[in-house]
Amino acid sequence: MVNNEYILSMENITKVYSNGFVANKNVNFSVKKGEIHALVGENGAGKSTLMKILFGHEQPEEGKIFYKGEEIHIANPLAALDYGIGMVHQHFMLVPSLTVAENMVLGMEPKKGVLFDYKTAVERTREISEKYNLLVDPEAKVEDLPVGFKQKVEILKVLFRGVEVLILDEPTAVLTPQETKELFTELLNLKKNGYTVIFISHKLNEIKEICDRLTVLRNGKVTGIADVSDITEQEISNKMVGRNVMLNIEKEKAKPGSSVLQVKHLSYTDMHGKQVVKDISFSVRKGEILGVAGVEGNGQREISEMITGLLSGQTGEILVDGKALSGASIRDIRLSGVAHISEDRMTYGSVGDASIEENMISERYYKKEFNRNGLLDFKRIKECVNQLIQNYGIKCDNKDAQVRTLSGGNIQKVVVAREFSSNPKVIIANQPTRGIDVGASEFIRKKLVSLRDEGVGVLLISADLTEVIETSDSIIVMNNGEIAAYFEDASKVDETILGEYMLGLKRQSKEEAGGAYYAE
Amino acid sequence: MQSRKIEQRFRIIRMLVAVVIALTIAFGFVCFVSKTPFETMGNFLFGPFLTVRRLGNIVEMTIPLLFTGVSVSIMYSCNQINMASEGGFFLGGVAAAYIAVTFALPYGIHPLLCIIGGGFAGALVCGIPAVLYVKKGVLPVVSSLMMNYVSLYLGLLIINYVIRDAQAGYPCSYQYRDTAILPDLFSKTNVHAGLLIAVMVLILGYLYLYKSQWGYCIRMIGKNPNFAKYSGMNVAGTILGCQLVGGFVAGMGGAVEQLGMYGRFQYQALSNHGFDGVLIAILSHYNPKFVAPAALFLAYIRVGADIMARSSDVPVEIVYIIQAIIIIFVAAERFLEGWKHREIVKASRLELEIKGE
Repeated sequence: MVNNEYILSMENITKVYSNGFVANKNVNFSVKKGEIHALVGENGAGKSTLMKILFGHEQPEEGKIFYKGEEIHIANPLAALDYGIGMVHQHFMLVPSLTVAENMVLGMEPKKGVLFDYKTAVERTREISEKYNLLVDPEAKVEDLPVGFKQKVEILKVLFRGVEVLILDEPTAVLTPQETKELFTELLNLKKNGYTVIFISHKLNEIKEICDRLTVLRNGKVTGIADVSDITEQEISNKMVGRNVMLNIEKEKAKPGSSVLQVKHLSYTDMHGKQVVKDISFSVRKGEILGVAGVEGNGQREISEMITGLLSGQTGEILVDGKALSGASIRDIRLSGVAHISEDRMTYGSVGDASIEENMISERYYKKEFNRNGLLDFKRIKECVNQLIQNYGIKCDNKDAQVRTLSGGNIQKVVVAREFSSNPKVIIANQPTRGIDVGASEFIRKKLVSLRDEGVGVLLISADLTEVIETSDSIIVMNNGEIAAYFEDASKVDETILGEYMLGLKRQSKEEAGGAYYAE
Repeated sequence: MQSRKIEQRFRIIRMLVAVVIALTIAFGFVCFVSKTPFETMGNFLFGPFLTVRRLGNIVEMTIPLLFTGVSVSIMYSCNQINMASEGGFFLGGVAAAYIAVTFALPYGIHPLLCIIGGGFAGALVCGIPAVLYVKKGVLPVVSSLMMNYVSLYLGLLIINYVIRDAQAGYPCSYQYRDTAILPDLFSKTNVHAGLLIAVMVLILGYLYLYKSQWGYCIRMIGKNPNFAKYSGMNVAGTILGCQLVGGFVAGMGGAVEQLGMYGRFQYQALSNHGFDGVLIAILSHYNPKFVAPAALFLAYIRVGADIMARSSDVPVEIVYIIQAIIIIFVAAERFLEGWKHREIVKASRLELEIKGE
């Protein structure tokens, strides 16, 4: 069935990744000519996969793609560009050491004889830049440009290749509010010129502002298609977040004690000059799990890295057990009782090319009990490691197995075993169960709860709302680097409520959100 | 369990296959050049074992390589491509020569002081690129190569202007005092007491890298510096520390070589021991445990080539071709990969069958 109203339609797209993960299930997605169409959904809802299929990065298992009334097959990104479909990635694909003009013509350089004709390149860049009112200096080096301009270059680059349908993957995630405003004027301008834009986002106010229609994805399925004018932000939010599975974690009510981790007026500005954490204060108390909900990229990663010492340059104060951490080394921070599960387990959490044993002793190898006569006491280490492998049910041949040969869930168990057994007072758990199997996830959540019962304070940062709600005792919600809400009793909230605060539809007053901080 | 064993076995197989291939190609060259290829090849392969003196030659040549091999293994384990072992070895020799010529000290203490002095000179040479890297992000591969020239000319300055023996007919230092010389261990050879020091360094190097907490840090930082930082290790300090230790070992090697093999300092160019150390470190996978066989092998083919060059019509250069081919095959991570993979698959299948799955 071909409907001529649509310039592009994807029908019954199903994509299964080789690890068995079903990213898209019978997805139907259609875009009208000359509209700005929003593709909305949580992290992992399948937006990126769908667009990768459209841009030829991935091949679907089932489904058809129609473009201008004809069925097409998109084998790779070059083919997509040939059809007139272009994508601007969230992480810019530019060569920083080249000028704007050089980047622009990359792969289709104008030539004078056998030589590269730089002058013509600059000329053409200037022309197209003026034509679309996306003004950049063609001779500036890309590395010297601010983020907003880099994005303009990306958009121009795609337009330069004769594209009619533009895919923008979370274009505002890296921009300051002013740059965002500028981008929107430019997009509306493109729309006026007859271009079609697919706008991937989870910022509802932005969608309301510039999009015409939207498609909502959840768990790889389409949960709604509508005209933006016919739908409230509330309704979009409801379609985006919904209860996926029941976790049913059995736990007793928390008996929080005194504050073990206090964060006071913490702010952080990143290297692009964007303030990613804005004056936040909260406390984690002994015997309590404080959940942090929020769409990724709203400051959660920075908070966890500032507390654990990986990131520095912040203003404000972080106290563990009443002692200020400012200027402390990572070892000092760990010695004061902070354990850290990093969201990136292969970069920070583990060494793939080292054995389980070597991975497990990384924060304790120097302690007296593991050294004898000036050398490491491998007998003691072996006992300790074998004990951990057994206690945490890590599936492996033995302690000498290379970590990279383990499954994702078992690698995470290696990380968790090390961190949980380091005698912590506070655990910073950032995405502790991301991308791992159900069994391991459940195990890790249960461990967190049992550590809580022993009096450990836990800060649980997770993009999985169900996990946050069911595991946490109290919850803070992050939006745009600020605490948008604090709920003292996690059992009284649900995904819908959290979703509204996460997506910036609602915001508690300063006093209410300030309840997250306990002086004692 | 199985696959790990297979991987280890394949490391050895790969090395042996590389040697066989290299020797075959070398034989091809010899056939091409020589009128008596079989005799020439025989001289090359078996010549080194024929007399005690030649066996001695192998060991003499091995001693400095043990030092530089351990030195480079320590530095490379931290994933620092520091080539300054070459300069460290040279300047270590110069420092030892200076102390050996200038000071009057008793037996026993004199060589010890020379070697320690050489060690400090080596540590300085290898430490500077490390400081530049840690503080300013200068890649050591470039700065260390430059350091080699600095060491060479600084060393020559000292030899040619400070301790030069004008009476000798060629540019060299005064003779070392007798008290500084390392005695020979066996008659008929020049194998000297430096061998004992080298073996000690080998053992200590192994314990340092694989059994101590510092070595653990070095290896983890070499494999994933982010992980090391996250775990609370002192990344910059460890990088600096292990370059200093590596440089110290290289400098000791230079000193031992001078005191064991020469009566006065005679080098007027870099000796290439540091670069040979890189080669040995690669062959031994940065593990001091395997530095000894790698160094012995290198010394053996060099001595063989020497004998071949003297007794036949094939030039000594042939040995450098062999060396290059062996290194290429050993360094080629994916050489014989298909075979290895099939073996691992077979083993896993077998294991599944045993478990009855």
